[in-house]
Amino acid sequence: MVEKTPNITNAEGEKTYLAKVQIFTLYERFWHWTQAALIILLLLTGFTIHGAITLFSFKTAHTLHVLAAVALMILWIFTIFWQFTTGTWRHFVPLLEEAEEAPTFAQAVRGWLTMIVKIARYYAWGILRGEQHPYKKTLRRKHNPLQALAYFGLMAFIGPVLWISGIAYLTYDFWQAAVSSSGSWLKVIAFLHTMGAWLMLVFVLGHAYMATLGKTPLYLIKAMITGVEDIVITETERRWLQTHYPQRLIRVEEVLQPAS
Amino acid sequence: MTPLRLKGLILGIGLASTMMLAGAQAAETTPSAKAPPGNKQTIISQTILRNLSTTADHSKFKELQGPFESGPQVTKACLSCHNKAAEQLRHNVHWTWLYTNPQTGQKLGKERVINAFCTNALGNEGMCAMCHAGFNRAGPEYDLDKVENMDCLVCHDQTGKYFKTVVTPGHPKVRKKFAPKKPVPFTEAAQHVGLPTRKNCGKCHFYGGGGDNVKHGDLSSVLFDPPRDVDVHMSSREKGGAGLVCTDCHVGAGHVWSGSRYVMNVGDDGKRPPGAPRQKTSCAQCHGTAPHDWSSPVGWKLNNHTDRVACETCHIPAFARGGVATKVFWDWSTAGRLKDGKPYAEEGYTQGDGKKRHTYVSMKGTFKWAENVVPTYMWANGTVRWTLPEDRIDPSKPVWINRVEGSADDPKARIMPFKVMKTVQPYDAERNVLAHINLWGEDDAAFWGNLDFAKAIAKGMEIAKRPYSGKFGFVNTRMLWPINHMVAPKEKALACNECHVRENGRLAALAGFYMPGRDRWSWLDGLGLLLAGLTLLASIGHALLRIMRANTGKRGA
Repeated sequence: MVEKTPNITNAEGEKTYLAKVQIFTLYERFWHWTQAALIILLLLTGFTIHGAITLFSFKTAHTLHVLAAVALMILWIFTIFWQFTTGTWRHFVPLLEEAEEAPTFAQAVRGWLTMIVKIARYYAWGILRGEQHPYKKTLRRKHNPLQALAYFGLMAFIGPVLWISGIAYLTYDFWQAAVSSSGSWLKVIAFLHTMGAWLMLVFVLGHAYMATLGKTPLYLIKAMITGVEDIVITETERRWLQTHYPQRLIRVEEVLQPAS
Repeated sequence: MTPLRLKGLILGIGLASTMMLAGAQAAETTPSAKAPPGNKQTIISQTILRNLSTTADHSKFKELQGPFESGPQVTKACLSCHNKAAEQLRHNVHWTWLYTNPQTGQKLGKERVINAFCTNALGNEGMCAMCHAGFNRAGPEYDLDKVENMDCLVCHDQTGKYFKTVVTPGHPKVRKKFAPKKPVPFTEAAQHVGLPTRKNCGKCHFYGGGGDNVKHGDLSSVLFDPPRDVDVHMSSREKGGAGLVCTDCHVGAGHVWSGSRYVMNVGDDGKRPPGAPRQKTSCAQCHGTAPHDWSSPVGWKLNNHTDRVACETCHIPAFARGGVATKVFWDWSTAGRLKDGKPYAEEGYTQGDGKKRHTYVSMKGTFKWAENVVPTYMWANGTVRWTLPEDRIDPSKPVWINRVEGSADDPKARIMPFKVMKTVQPYDAERNVLAHINLWGEDDAAFWGNLDFAKAIAKGMEIAKRPYSGKFGFVNTRMLWPINHMVAPKEKALACNECHVRENGRLAALAGFYMPGRDRWSWLDGLGLLLAGLTLLASIGHALLRIMRANTGKRGA
């Protein structure tokens, strides 16, 4: 089992480095790409079942949709387990890190919002002017606040809407008779499931494009394949990585802030 | 920090419930997985088996040595040993031609209803009672307690040579056409009796309405020996079918058996082991209510269809298959035309097996035929309501001779296939009720002879003891015939997208429920498409700007 990231604070005056670190572990990358493939398959088969496209026969689409959905749920169960045992879940909860670092919650919110606006502005305009990304990823926060918010929305809203309505859809005939004599619930379920599917499609499209917004168009995509990205680490983190996960610490590039 | 911890906790609970739900779902699949239903080797027609293994050779009985000159003579001989049979048949609709629907209280039966074919048996018994399980039913006055008139042979003859004849001679003009050509072999038939096989049932039921497959659409002479594709149950074992006969499914005891058009059996009570008592003729009696393979997603979903979709809906892709057409339209209003002063017939339809069918007969009117007909699908909860002779009709629109009740909101209703017969038939134009026609008779008022509607309807109404204004017209009627036979092999069952399709699906006309593939919220889809389109456009626009900036940058350098 993977050891938890030590609870290290960027103590004032501690030396920090820009380093090439494998921030996405093998499981995380497996999760990401399997999930991506399954979601794309679910979108294609789902919209076939919906009658919007005719890529497969209805029967094939239905079979693939159910199998992919079950596979995705199994993947999620493993991932949930992994998230909690490794503490990775913290990366996906907006404001969590900010609140722990700022003196008051109000300040945390303010700082968080400011950063989100900065990042949004950067993506919309700054990137075109060759500006630097306003957020520096760290080992404890490998997603920027906007990114974390988007993923949280995916995991806490779009995902659950789809799997709750999906399980209800799949098992509909086992419980509908006990709940209502008419078939009215199916409409509600189908509505939510369709709505979730559209939102998921929007997420996938946006996510796929934003994946090209790294230093180079392929930088972030490569990072998701190799797991390696340039991030800021503290001296403590550098030592921790060197001791426990030397293979994850690819290279320490430069000293950003010398020890005082 | 508390709100954040709380957030974590909520997330945790959410995720944990995911696992539990998914776990419960997995548990539900595995134990239910079962082997496919009984393989072909284990199926054998119980009727044929019992006929083959009988312990009595009837030809040796002294009671049956005859010679028999008439039906009642035979029946008396039968009843001398089978002394409970008469009392049993006494309550059978095949004998009484009377039936009171317990659900609606409607008094039905061949003697009471007006249908969309020859319209009424009442008053025409001399002809129609050729298909009555009795002798000498010459008219409405018929003593149902005179049991020697019961016809044992029509159901039990195993020589295949027994036949029934018209009861009364009919109008002189048609008499020759319907007169028996040879004597009925009563003695031979009486000595060779057994349980009814498909020949016995089919002789009447395959020819309902006056010809092969005229009425039902799913019951034709093809079923005497159908290929596997036409009827997987009735096809012989040699042809790859189950080799079953009618009474293997239409089970019963004591001369009362199951399967009625008056009370449809739409709900299935589930699987019973072979030999278990059964009262209903349903697919589920043998196949259960979840016959598909639970271990595949499609099988699972199909099993979940059975509560609202009848087996027949998917497993009978079309009726009137195998080369014999069914009558789908009958226009009485054109009957009575003459050519060179004589009644005539046209054979304008050639069916699949090469036989020609009448498209016009002076005695009956104009017909249309159809084969491989896609059924009409309706919600049916088993209750059928008839337009009875004294029910007022609205002649401005088609009159439904019988209607099935049920809707998507009715949990007992299932989607079932029907043949819809379209007919133009006479009605009392002032009282707005359907008319009885006197078709068969010896006198001047028999339509099949004099071809005079005015006289035939007046006489028909008189025999039916009904008031008649004296004015008749013709009204469009519709009659429903549930489609239950001609079950195709499973590989010929409907594909999902026969129904689950946006346009022109088989269930396009059925409303009141959501069906994936057919139904949607266009505004939701529009909104979704708009959002996705905007995301895509924004991405493309942004990408173009980036490319332009990069190029400018390069030029600048």
